[in-house]
Amino acid sequence: MHSKTSDLLISDACFSYTGGFTLNHINLFVPNGQMVGLLGPNGCGKTTLLKLAAGVLVPSEGDVRIGEMSLKKLLRREVARQIAVVPQEFNIPFAYTVEEVVMLGRTPFLKGLNGESKRDHQIVSGVLELTGMAGFRNRYFNELSGGERQKIVLAMALAQEPVILLLDEPTSHLDISHQIEILELLRRFNREKKVTIVAAMHDLNLAALYFDRLVLLDRGLVFADGSPDEVITGEIIRKVFSAKVEITRHPKTSVPQIVLLPDNPSSFS
Amino acid sequence: MRKHKTAIMFGLAVFLLAVVLLSVSIGPVRITVPEIIKIVLHKVGIYRNTGGWQAVQESILFQVRLPRVLGAVLVGAALSTAGVLFQGLFRNPMADPYIIGTASGAAFGATLAMLLPLSLVFYGFGLVPIAAFLGALGSVLLVYRLARFGGKAPIISMLLAGFVTSSFLVAIIMLLLTMSDRLGLKIQQVFSFLMGGITVTYWQQIEVIAPLVVLGIVAAMFFAVKLNAFSIGEEGAAYLGINVEREKMIILGVGSLLTACAVSIGGLIGFVGLIIPHAMRLILGPDHRLLIPASALAGAAFLVIADLLARTLLSPAEIPVGVLTALIGAPFFLYLLRRSRREYAF
Repeated sequence: MHSKTSDLLISDACFSYTGGFTLNHINLFVPNGQMVGLLGPNGCGKTTLLKLAAGVLVPSEGDVRIGEMSLKKLLRREVARQIAVVPQEFNIPFAYTVEEVVMLGRTPFLKGLNGESKRDHQIVSGVLELTGMAGFRNRYFNELSGGERQKIVLAMALAQEPVILLLDEPTSHLDISHQIEILELLRRFNREKKVTIVAAMHDLNLAALYFDRLVLLDRGLVFADGSPDEVITGEIIRKVFSAKVEITRHPKTSVPQIVLLPDNPSSFS
Repeated sequence: MRKHKTAIMFGLAVFLLAVVLLSVSIGPVRITVPEIIKIVLHKVGIYRNTGGWQAVQESILFQVRLPRVLGAVLVGAALSTAGVLFQGLFRNPMADPYIIGTASGAAFGATLAMLLPLSLVFYGFGLVPIAAFLGALGSVLLVYRLARFGGKAPIISMLLAGFVTSSFLVAIIMLLLTMSDRLGLKIQQVFSFLMGGITVTYWQQIEVIAPLVVLGIVAAMFFAVKLNAFSIGEEGAAYLGINVEREKMIILGVGSLLTACAVSIGGLIGFVGLIIPHAMRLILGPDHRLLIPASALAGAAFLVIADLLARTLLSPAEIPVGVLTALIGAPFFLYLLRRSRREYAF
């Protein structure tokens, strides 16, 4: 199952909202099992690109394929059996328990009036175990903390048993311990379950630390694509983010890390 | 847990049957429950004996009580199911069957029909219920068309378009009411439609409405899993494999059809479609596979009780049933809301 047939290919894709923002002829190939961080300033097109990859937005030109199959030709339900998404915002207005939320991840596999099968329950238990949330199963989702909720949403996406997992800034509202916890989980799914992961990331240092490949977008174009060493350079970051930075090395892993510089360093001493 | 839920459903069904029998039995002419059972069994040919009841009881049972009580069952079930559908789809606590313009559309249709110097009966339906039915569906179609742009009908646009369309139609109704003298419009008749009341004059009405309502509820149950996915919003539902625009259109269609059926024999009965789904959600949780049948049963029972009180409390005068649904429903719902320890966060 995890072979060439589940590579993600975005070829020459264009998209524009009626407001005017555009993605311009984006090309991105993500072979099965890769872990890719999408970077770029606000409004560069990260979320739009993820939505194209998830098939909920359709490119005006070009194509998005999973393996040999164009997403345009698949039913939404068929796409959801292969691609899961952790969106930036997730709220649920009703009193769902944790288990019920995670069970929603089985939606693309349920049919008509049939209830969940034994297998569905096993899968839900499995992902709750995997995310370390098994003890929360009967708690109400809305009563949990932000970090706990994010792990539940992740568990819900994993309950879809996706070959590709897309995440839109999965750590942006979390404190540092939860940020690390979520990224460690993602890395484990990627390594152990061979799930392809594409995540839009806000925090460049975390991205450099956890992702093998970084893709930097700027104004709807791919500006840089490569290993953290190739993408996180002073020159590139200064250009794309128009911020003054200095690049150092992580003391343990030696991946590049960014240090922000104030506009006028001398005024601090 | 599963067994527990089946038991609740069974309990609701038994309760509905009990209030139906009670309601049929009470009135100016008493018909005891054993008498009801005998008369009905005799009618369908299972019970051959003809003794033990008076002819007047039989004719009251079949011509007055039963159609009215069954009417209440259908209206209550239809409104509650539509309420579940719209609350689930719109994720809005104030959503009820009338939220996207059905009520004002129906009222507009009914008022126009009352203005026409014409009377006709079609399958047991007079001009007013037919116009109300068409008005309800017409306004939803209009709202949907207005909110739709580039192949999408966002929920916020629909709520706004619904609100504005409603306000516009209500303004026209008010204008017509102001000119009632000149137009020969009976204000009393308009008000009794607006406040709601079960009016079933012919069995044919039940014969037409019952299949539609049953069909609507069954269809709604097929969409339960999809409504669960809509709980996390349209974007989230799409990620779970829901064809959002298509399913939304079908759910709106089923809900609107149910509502239109209800207004055609009940006028604008408020509150049922708002609180029954909320109450069931507080008791049973948010899974629509359970919520839809439970709301249909509970809504039916609730409206049968409200209608019974409406026609007996001040007998021979009748209280508008919409007044009673709010009078009984509001305190009951507040009690549930206070008692429930579940966080009810919208």
